[in-house]
Amino acid sequence: MKQLPQFRQLVTVAFLSVFLAACAGNDMKEQEAAAAQAAAEAAAQAEADAAAAQAAKERAEAQAAAELRRLQDDARMAGSVVYFEFDSSTLTDTGRAVLDKHVALLKNTGASVRLEGHTDERGTREYNMALAERRANAVRDYMMVKGIPGYRLESISFGEEKPVSYGSSEVSWSQNRRVEIK
Amino acid sequence: MKAFFLSVVVSVVTFLSPVARAELVIEITQGIDNPTVIAISPFAWDGRGVAPEDVAFVIQNDLYRSGQFAPVARENMLGTPSRDEDIFFRDWRMVNAQYLLIGRLTGEQTLTADFALYDVNKQTLVIQGSEQAVRDEVRTLAHRIADRVYTALTGIPGAFATQLLYVAVTPIPGEKDYYELTLADADGARPRVLLASREPILAPTWSPDATEIAYVSFETSRPAIFRQNLQTGAREQLTAFRGLNGSPSWSPDGKRMAMVLSKDGNPDIYVLDLETYALERITRHYDIDTEPTWMPDGKSLLFTSDRPGRPQIYRYDFVTGLTDRVTYEGSYNARARVAQDGRNVVLVHQQDGDYKIAVLDLETRRLTALTSTDLDESPSIAPNGSMVLYATKQAGRGILAAVSVDGGARFNLPARDGEVREPSWSPYLPKTP
Repeated sequence: MKQLPQFRQLVTVAFLSVFLAACAGNDMKEQEAAAAQAAAEAAAQAEADAAAAQAAKERAEAQAAAELRRLQDDARMAGSVVYFEFDSSTLTDTGRAVLDKHVALLKNTGASVRLEGHTDERGTREYNMALAERRANAVRDYMMVKGIPGYRLESISFGEEKPVSYGSSEVSWSQNRRVEIK
Repeated sequence: MKAFFLSVVVSVVTFLSPVARAELVIEITQGIDNPTVIAISPFAWDGRGVAPEDVAFVIQNDLYRSGQFAPVARENMLGTPSRDEDIFFRDWRMVNAQYLLIGRLTGEQTLTADFALYDVNKQTLVIQGSEQAVRDEVRTLAHRIADRVYTALTGIPGAFATQLLYVAVTPIPGEKDYYELTLADADGARPRVLLASREPILAPTWSPDATEIAYVSFETSRPAIFRQNLQTGAREQLTAFRGLNGSPSWSPDGKRMAMVLSKDGNPDIYVLDLETYALERITRHYDIDTEPTWMPDGKSLLFTSDRPGRPQIYRYDFVTGLTDRVTYEGSYNARARVAQDGRNVVLVHQQDGDYKIAVLDLETRRLTALTSTDLDESPSIAPNGSMVLYATKQAGRGILAAVSVDGGARFNLPARDGEVREPSWSPYLPKTP
């Protein structure tokens, strides 16, 4: 589409030369024909260029779309939850691997995400609010170090208020100590 | 929206009719050794129709719940006197009653209860008096009589005519939990839902004059502190800072509110002036500072900090500006609440891996565990300092439970349905007609 104004210019130039030639009155027909041919050639060339550019753009877009799909698939495969040890806000190797997939995707999309921190039920509710925020911030800080600007990341703490597993054993607790990327 | 602002929010929140699902049921599990035996004769009703409430039964349950009294069962009573001249003390000695309470209820829209308390062995009058209330508040009238009997026999002010705030949670499979901020009488009766939401509600607390409450609600999808007037229902959002907005705690003079905010990077303690809305930062530490609560004289704050590695209780002194550590026993002490005497501090204490409720005597520095269950939390102390209400789990379900500060008496307050948590015992209530 960008080629179009250029094409119009060419046509205008062609017209002008035809007009000026007509005014001059010499070999009007020959000049007219030559000018017309030149204009036609230029137009055809511009059209071909435009088509080529369009094709290249579509190829690039298709590639980008494929890349985005791959990154989305990677992020989906990795899951959107990272887990933590008891009373800890230190990212595990597994957690960092999950986050790397999301960082790659975020770099590609420019989207914003919410990082929702959670704890298990042990300990007081308000202390757990603080601990869960620390976990969400650990994820935020990691993503920022990896190049995602802070304004695209929002940490929210839910403490122990939103468990995914309701039991009172390590099986449940380990599932609840988490940060969800949303 | 990130900036400090004030507004009334009505969004995902609905105000419901005063019908609560999470009605509490009392299960007394332990009383003291040698409780005082008291007989409460059914009150006579001099009005028209059926008596609006079994006042004697309400009083009897109040005294029983304290763990310090063993009421005489009605089926064992040899008579049910309601006037002085109808009393046969021998009848009451035969059922081992040490004290006898009689009374009569009269009136139409305003009810009056005249009562008299006797010492059965001495055959003497201990106290007599009367209480009045509008018909809808007849249970309050009964609780006030229980308070006067309790005070006369123990020397400690009664706290039966008080209220509880708590959060009821109904898990709905496949959906978000259903939260209800609930207000009930101290015996769990008459539950009223103040706020219902699909997002968490927590940290409910009272203003010192018991006319207002504050709590944290996630209804805006982020935590925010709200205050609400219990007479008018008017609600005000006090905070909407980035990060944590938690642990509201009213100063004893009612003019300020301590809270935890993480807007400056880490959870720190702040004090909001409720008249000017000026915010003062109290702690500046890179570790977690949270769960502030005022000492009754208003001159210092207790709070939880994990600056020693694990959570411990610290005290900030407004006069000196100094902070010092209060608890040393065990690796986890958190969420302190102070009795009105300024001496007993109840808190969550970890012992042998379990989270229990403990009481710390600030004078002797002695810490005593009050409970032997696990996952006990959110202790709240009665305004007379006698009982501690807290949240625990029973068969995987959140319930409320209470224990006397001396550990002698215990009762459970499970909800009929769903879970209950975060109890907050009211101060003494303003006397209403």
